[in-house]
Amino acid sequence: MHYIGIDIGSTAAKVSVFEEERLVTNFNMPTGWSSIEASRIILEKLEELKVSKEEARIIATGYGRVSVPYADKTLTEITCHGKGAYYLLGKDCTVIDIGGQDTKIITVENDRVTDFTMNDKCAAGTGRFLELMANSLAINLPELAELSLKGEEISITSMCTVFAESEVISLMGKGTPREDIARGVINSITGRVSTMLYKHGVKGTIYLTGGLCEISPFIELLSEKLDKEVITNPLGRYAGSIGAALMGQ
Amino acid sequence: MRPVIMEEVEALRGLNSVKIKEAHEEGKKVVGMYCMFSPSEIAIAADAIPVSLCGTTQAPIEDAEKELPRNLCPLIKSSYGFAITDKCPYFFFSDVLLAETTCDGKKKMYELMGKIKPMHLMNLPQTSEGDDALESWHKEMIKFKIYLEEVFGIEITDEKLRDAIKLMNRERSAMKRLHKLNAHKPAPLSGMDMMLAQWLKGFNVDKEYGISLIEKLIEELEERIEKGIYAFDENAPRILLTGCPIGAGSEKVLKALEDAGASVVALENCTGYKPLDVVVDEDAEKDPLLALAEKYLSTPCSCMTPNNGRFDLIKRLAEEYDVDGVVDLTWVACHTYAIESFSLKKLVQEELGLPFIQIETDYSDSDTGQVKTRVEAFLETIEVSLATV
Repeated sequence: MHYIGIDIGSTAAKVSVFEEERLVTNFNMPTGWSSIEASRIILEKLEELKVSKEEARIIATGYGRVSVPYADKTLTEITCHGKGAYYLLGKDCTVIDIGGQDTKIITVENDRVTDFTMNDKCAAGTGRFLELMANSLAINLPELAELSLKGEEISITSMCTVFAESEVISLMGKGTPREDIARGVINSITGRVSTMLYKHGVKGTIYLTGGLCEISPFIELLSEKLDKEVITNPLGRYAGSIGAALMGQ
Repeated sequence: MRPVIMEEVEALRGLNSVKIKEAHEEGKKVVGMYCMFSPSEIAIAADAIPVSLCGTTQAPIEDAEKELPRNLCPLIKSSYGFAITDKCPYFFFSDVLLAETTCDGKKKMYELMGKIKPMHLMNLPQTSEGDDALESWHKEMIKFKIYLEEVFGIEITDEKLRDAIKLMNRERSAMKRLHKLNAHKPAPLSGMDMMLAQWLKGFNVDKEYGISLIEKLIEELEERIEKGIYAFDENAPRILLTGCPIGAGSEKVLKALEDAGASVVALENCTGYKPLDVVVDEDAEKDPLLALAEKYLSTPCSCMTPNNGRFDLIKRLAEEYDVDGVVDLTWVACHTYAIESFSLKKLVQEELGLPFIQIETDYSDSDTGQVKTRVEAFLETIEVSLATV
């Protein structure tokens, strides 16, 4: 019996496959323009992997969870990220998930979510913000994070993503070094997360999930800002899909 | 299946707007009110009809924003929008308006609204504690009584006030009995229907008819409890909803909760249980205006500081209704409720040991997806914890 978790986020779709208790594979792809299209491609990939949906239990999560017609059940990404993080870390934790459109803080105790906070409906403080700012600087996200380590402390004062973009462009126009701007961009995210985290309250280890967990300079700067160690795991980006698969067991 | 009487209750919406027109044509006076601090009894004693004014739908907000700031609570914008567009029949037929100095947004909006219709403003103390507050609120009751006497050219006797107090107490008691039925496990009435029944009472032109309808609904629900017919199945998580007022058109969080399988059993907001908890002292020896001042001042609204009454009430309701979680709804830019949410979270999680979520939103549909995700995730945390008990 296979247990499959499909986490369709606004930016990326993540899939985890368990064969009974054992995590056998994870893969991801861009969500693209349509969650339905993404879920169709996922099904093809699963067939290539010789995983039959008839002999599997499939749980869909994430913003596109309703677009997986072959899922047995849907659950929110909050529950799944919490479950997945607990599986990866093996103890109580406070999860930070910086997603494409939402940033979440999730408290996980004894393998279950006990509390969570989400950002409001604007893009400030989300992964989308970082991506757009990197675009303005004509670099990608890992490059932005790398660059920021060499930068001087400056601040991007606009919280609004649209205004922040203009601010970045005008800083470039004034000749501010790119590494300083990059540092400012990262600071505005870590600052926002730090405020959310403080208000939410920290229990146990701070654990980062989502795509940003693969960008070590970001984790370094986030730990610095929080003044607490932030732990992650190479599989952190799959926390949602792993958790979804586990919820099916 | 929905109780049969709910259809009659819901029909009040259409009926009341016709009745207010008829009453106006017969020369009956109408006093329009917005807030539960408004002493309807004084208007009734003046032989006038006290009515709630519209303010729970998104539609007139665009018009309101031509004059009001965009970043303002939707309730205030909606109320003002209805007033300037003549789309609220109750506002249209009101002879005078009664306003109170509750939150900053409302009291400044009233300055603009007061230019449209005659308005009397009651100065609400900022605390419900101490003799000074009661004394000043008592004086405000006297001033409102004198205002109505002058503007309508009538006399409001103590006897009329006492009769009005008895009538409103009967309405409160009926509504309270209705609300308490949902303490039963499982609840016989959905939160959506409870909200509608409680909210519609404000627009009731014929109080006696409204009371008899609620009594009929109570009877039907009691029969249903005996037969074991409920609004949700027994495993549905039981939710206490608190925070800002809601009504038809601004029920999205309540609806999202019940669509996701929860049973909203207690509504601790001004459109729910809060104004029903305390009745007015009917002691024949007592000054009826003082009795009214005491009752209305005891309202645990977030515009009061401190506002410990709200926390006490939530503790009591959480226990009485045996709830599994507390949802705090705050409208965008409602500072007093939004700030109080921080303390409420501590109380609910630490003292009551229950899951808690604050949902901040407005009347628009722009965040339906996010609200749904938050609500579903919240219910999942409850279901998982119920399963592990």
